[in-house]
Amino acid sequence: MEIKNPEHVIVQITPEELLGNVVAMKKNGLRLSQICCAYSNEKLELSYSFADDNTYDYINLRLVIDKDTEVCSITELYPYAFLYENEMKELFGVNIMMLNVDYNSKLYRLHDETPFIK
Amino acid sequence: MAKQSIVPFGPQHPVLPEPIHLDLVLEDEKVIEAIPSIGFVHRGLESLVDKKDFNEMTYVIERTCGICSFMHGMGYCESVEKIMNVEIPDRGKYLRTMWAEMSRVHSHLLWLGLLADAFGFESLFYQCWRMREKVLDLFEMTTGGRCIFSVNKIGGVLKDVDDVMLATIKATTQDIAAELRVIRKTFMEDYTVEARLRGVGILTKEQAHNLGTAGPFARASGIKMDMRTTGYAAYGDLDFDIITSNECDSYGRCEVRINEIFQAIDLIGQCIDKMPKGDIATIVKGNPNGEAFVRMEQPRGEAVYYSKANGSKFLERMRIRTPTFANIPGLLETLKGADFADVPLLILTIDPCISCTER
Repeated sequence: MEIKNPEHVIVQITPEELLGNVVAMKKNGLRLSQICCAYSNEKLELSYSFADDNTYDYINLRLVIDKDTEVCSITELYPYAFLYENEMKELFGVNIMMLNVDYNSKLYRLHDETPFIK
Repeated sequence: MAKQSIVPFGPQHPVLPEPIHLDLVLEDEKVIEAIPSIGFVHRGLESLVDKKDFNEMTYVIERTCGICSFMHGMGYCESVEKIMNVEIPDRGKYLRTMWAEMSRVHSHLLWLGLLADAFGFESLFYQCWRMREKVLDLFEMTTGGRCIFSVNKIGGVLKDVDDVMLATIKATTQDIAAELRVIRKTFMEDYTVEARLRGVGILTKEQAHNLGTAGPFARASGIKMDMRTTGYAAYGDLDFDIITSNECDSYGRCEVRINEIFQAIDLIGQCIDKMPKGDIATIVKGNPNGEAFVRMEQPRGEAVYYSKANGSKFLERMRIRTPTFANIPGLLETLKGADFADVPLLILTIDPCISCTER
């Protein structure tokens, strides 16, 4: 069996560039593998990971934003992103606009607001 | 127009070993839409990174789930090793691969048993779980634990396996393969089983891709994707092909998982035959600084491990994207148009692990 040697890249983008980049991923047939958030140096770091299932390359779009910055939802392009976006909103308080399926911070039924922000 | 009604399904239901809730919109007995609800047992394990140092986190991450515990620990360790540029000894890699494939065998046998139970074939359920017990015995023999055995560490593994044990593993897994050949016939050829599985929960290749599905659920729709082909651990030295099915239904999902058990047993045999001599771990000094994504093929599919470190002994962030989390949108699609009576079976066909999802 042929062993793939995938590339892992992280591309820094701004919130304004997000949708344009996601459209390009969609056009190239990439699968949204995951979205995650990290809180570092009082900033939110969002990673949108896209996988090419032929080459196994892994492209991460990285947004570094302030806590109150608005980020556009990508559920219009990748409808199944709603779970990841609701998770980020609930655990980190990421301000996501135009979310197709919004659980209104009830995805995980938590007592604390944004528990991953410390 | 048929009358619409909403039936709440779960979080407590005889067929669900773990809690997930679905609001099923029905027209007569047909499901029109399903709205998922999770979060009943969310534990926030990832947030423990600021209380447990990066070595202790291995044991926390292994407790994400009792079925894929070993692979969670392995994924986490590989992500930290990637940050620290640590190359683990070959024997450590082979042992990790062997235990990972044993985990796949026990996970898939567990699933087959649950599937048989869901369609009411109790003796088949007993047979599958009886075979699975043998794998748990092998875990106990090699590690001392049956579910969570904590043999991963940053830099390799904690326990070695001697030649006598390796021979026992090979013989026992061959016995399991022989027994599975008999049971396979029932799963694949019995008309009562086929009646419950064939044509139920169709998910086309295009839908599976567009919904971001992973693992056997995706491969049963013809998607040729398996993270093991990236050659992590010892997979680069082993010979295997990606198992797929073009059935795109519950029958295909069952077929893929059964064939993956045979494949896993073959991989265990290859690991044992090629097991290198030498150290099982390397000494790791210092603290990690940087970030890494690691993708791994768990029994349920692609799992993503993300670690971010800042040079201290505590990580800034550790994140696991579990395969069940990725497969929920696909599940919702398969439920559309399904008979109400098939809902428990369809939920099972993604092999849901809510414990992983609610990490």
